[in-house]
Amino acid sequence: MSPDLLVVDAKDNVATALRPLEEGERLETKVGGSTLEVTVSEPIAFGHKIALVDLERGEQVLKYGEVMGLATQRIARGQHVHVHNVKGPETRRDGS
Amino acid sequence: MKFQGYRRGNGRVGVRNHVLVFPTVICAAAVAEKIAREVPGTVYLGHQHGCGHLGEEQEHMIRAMVGSCTNPNVAGVLLVGLGCEMLSAELLGEKLRDAGQRVETITTQEMLGTAEAIGKGAELARKLLEETRGAQREPIEASGLMVAAKCGASDTLSGLTANPALGVACDMLIKEGGSAIFTETPEMLGAEQVLASRAASEEVRRRIWEITSRTDDKIKALGLDIREAEPSPGNIEAGLTTLAEKSLGAIRKGGTTPIVEVVDYAQRPSTKGLVIMDGPAHDVVSVTGMVAAGAQVVVFTTGIGTPVGSPIAPVIKVSSNSSLYQRWQGNIDVNAGSILDGEETLESMGQQLFAEILEVASGKLTKAEMLGHREFAIHTIAPTV
Repeated sequence: MSPDLLVVDAKDNVATALRPLEEGERLETKVGGSTLEVTVSEPIAFGHKIALVDLERGEQVLKYGEVMGLATQRIARGQHVHVHNVKGPETRRDGS
Repeated sequence: MKFQGYRRGNGRVGVRNHVLVFPTVICAAAVAEKIAREVPGTVYLGHQHGCGHLGEEQEHMIRAMVGSCTNPNVAGVLLVGLGCEMLSAELLGEKLRDAGQRVETITTQEMLGTAEAIGKGAELARKLLEETRGAQREPIEASGLMVAAKCGASDTLSGLTANPALGVACDMLIKEGGSAIFTETPEMLGAEQVLASRAASEEVRRRIWEITSRTDDKIKALGLDIREAEPSPGNIEAGLTTLAEKSLGAIRKGGTTPIVEVVDYAQRPSTKGLVIMDGPAHDVVSVTGMVAAGAQVVVFTTGIGTPVGSPIAPVIKVSSNSSLYQRWQGNIDVNAGSILDGEETLESMGQQLFAEILEVASGKLTKAEMLGHREFAIHTIAPTV
């Protein structure tokens, strides 16, 4: 496991920072079988998330291989992913 | 896979051999507490219920109390009643006997006040201890175990280290034919889809949607939206963004096997495997409910640190990060933070946890037991009258 970033599931498009990340840092992390490189584009606190790919507005944010939210604006790879650019997914009531 | 446990009647197996002194109503609590103090080796269970229950709360309370007193870790029970209460020692005593539990009862109003009740009660408690203290542990298959999975005082790493490691251990136990149970319905909201997709039957799928929708509605009926309150400001500061993210991390503690049954609070499952109990996320209330449902061992993950235990079941504390472990070594049994330090993988940490569950089931004391943590609180579902 990477000491900088943690990706839970191969489907995920965000990673969790395992230490405070500085703007401009270039990090590598394993996603599934391959290594992905990402450049940090703004300071990201420990425990917060970074985008591993470019996300369009309305696109699903995936963590644990599941939908944890929807992007409320375009999020570029390397940016901080949090409440300022993500909202909760729509609630479904019956699973139908 | 085997552990050293106590065989009870009707095929159930215990990992402790407790004699409980249980007040059936709060008005008998002081008498019960004094009896337990006079008879070292007995365990006192304090609570504030037993009277004034409206409607279905009465059945709910009976189920929680009978469940607690018939957990297989309990060898015998002294019920201490007042006399005029709703849930009398006579009423609960009959239910415990029907369930095959060894029970004695004492009713304070039939005695000459507190002093005599304590004296007579202590005599009965000593008799129960003498009868049950000779029980011997014997090798028993792990399939006889039901482990309760719980997370509380969580941090941003709980869902990444301790919870998934506990999930691995739950998967291993279920593969051995045993059971795992988890609850905290409010922390399933946003992850309903994931849980429902793992339902072993249409009925379980329906029940998962039913309990999550009902919890959501109850919160809405108070004029609140859980999606505004959760994640909490502290959660957000720590990096959790949405309720769904929090829930997805929370449900990892139950592992990845099909969900075979959804039970009510304190209700005993009828099937082996992974079970969901409908209940609140309150730490002590949820642990009490899962132990009343029959869990003999609790595994409790924490990121910020909480010391709570149970008077009936050993509680294994798992830290999600190494700094908590270093500060709280007196409270934490296993450090899942070592996954991030590169010393362990989720898989190896899950195996270590499973081994710890079997050792604790065989008699190894947990830190919560050594520290005397015996928190106990029953969920209420109606106003008290």
